[in-house]
Amino acid sequence: MSLALDTFTTIAVLAGAFFFLAGTIGLLRFPDPLTRLHALTKADNLGLGLVVIGLLPQVAWPLDAIKLIAIWLMALLAATTVSQLMARAARDGGPTI
Amino acid sequence: MTLALAVDIGLALLVLAVAGWTLAVRDTFAAVIGFVAYGLLLALIWVRLASPDVALTEAAMGSGLTGLLLLGAAARLRGAKTSSAPPSLALQWVAGVLCALVTAGLAAIVLRLPDPAPSLAPAVIAHLPDLGLGNPVTGVMLAYRAIDTLLEVVVLLPALLGVWSLALDRYWGGAPILRHPRPDGALTLLAQVLPPFGIIVGIYLCWNGADQPGGAFQGGAVLAAMWVLVLLAGLTEVPPVSRRGLRLLLVLCSVVFLVIGLAGVGFADAFLAYPAGYAKPLILTIELMLTLSVSVALGLFIAGPPAKMPS
Repeated sequence: MSLALDTFTTIAVLAGAFFFLAGTIGLLRFPDPLTRLHALTKADNLGLGLVVIGLLPQVAWPLDAIKLIAIWLMALLAATTVSQLMARAARDGGPTI
Repeated sequence: MTLALAVDIGLALLVLAVAGWTLAVRDTFAAVIGFVAYGLLLALIWVRLASPDVALTEAAMGSGLTGLLLLGAAARLRGAKTSSAPPSLALQWVAGVLCALVTAGLAAIVLRLPDPAPSLAPAVIAHLPDLGLGNPVTGVMLAYRAIDTLLEVVVLLPALLGVWSLALDRYWGGAPILRHPRPDGALTLLAQVLPPFGIIVGIYLCWNGADQPGGAFQGGAVLAAMWVLVLLAGLTEVPPVSRRGLRLLLVLCSVVFLVIGLAGVGFADAFLAYPAGYAKPLILTIELMLTLSVSVALGLFIAGPPAKMPS
């Protein structure tokens, strides 16, 4: 059982790392702010989500697991809002504070 | 073990690279972003050094809050003409050599420390039960070096006066303006959803500081961040700096801290000494007041000088 869980963790975290890598390559290679943001959201949503799902079998239920899920939800919420603001700033031209 | 070492070496190299990039980049905004990333990496290093208290402070104050203040400064400076001419080559060399000398001196001192390095940590741990606390950092901050912490709290007030004194004459006593130029749905939603959780986290950090990593400054920084978020989304406005309640909150901690300190002269042995058996409740009182005063002061730092006529 533990071997199966460890295998699941390894696969999920590796898949998460892959999405982080893909998001980073996109951030570096894509031509304009909107496409770069599009690449970054993959890292935040799928990458972090897969890492969290992969780590869930390894931590104590319920407190540590809930903490991990809460971190993922917070990161999702913050990243979504910030990318909205950045996309709007990019569309309107130039950075705004 | 070797994997942990590889991670540590990678982190150290990354911090050096980000620090070098922050210094080298010419654009102010890029430099500030580099500084924030540098602070977050430093916080990770403090976690690796088993110092979660320092890591929390670095992430909240060093990286988050200072980064936000620097971003504000960069935004205000955007229209201004930046440095007219780069410094002469000789001056650059002198500055570089002096910096290298300081680095070499620090490295020499750290490398020459005896092993194990001299430490007061065992003495702190031995006397911690007298205070009724579980977190040695809080013990040091609010008992063994309480005078330093008192001064750190008081210094926030003249610093805030310095910010306020940048206001134009006609705005003196008015309210600062802190608002996103065009707050939209996403920002408003975040400012409505996040603060309830953030306020709980801030209070938790403050309350938890007695026994576990955390404390008033970290908790205050989180509360201040929630206030700033609500202000930015335009859901509420900064109160005028002449408002009595606001000023009361600002000086609350300094006054309570001083009163408890002076009471120590009569009821204990010295200024800022706690009477035996009352150390923990007094320290918790100071921490609570500290969280309130620090969060209001930090929020007002970010809000900047008054920019509206007093009504």
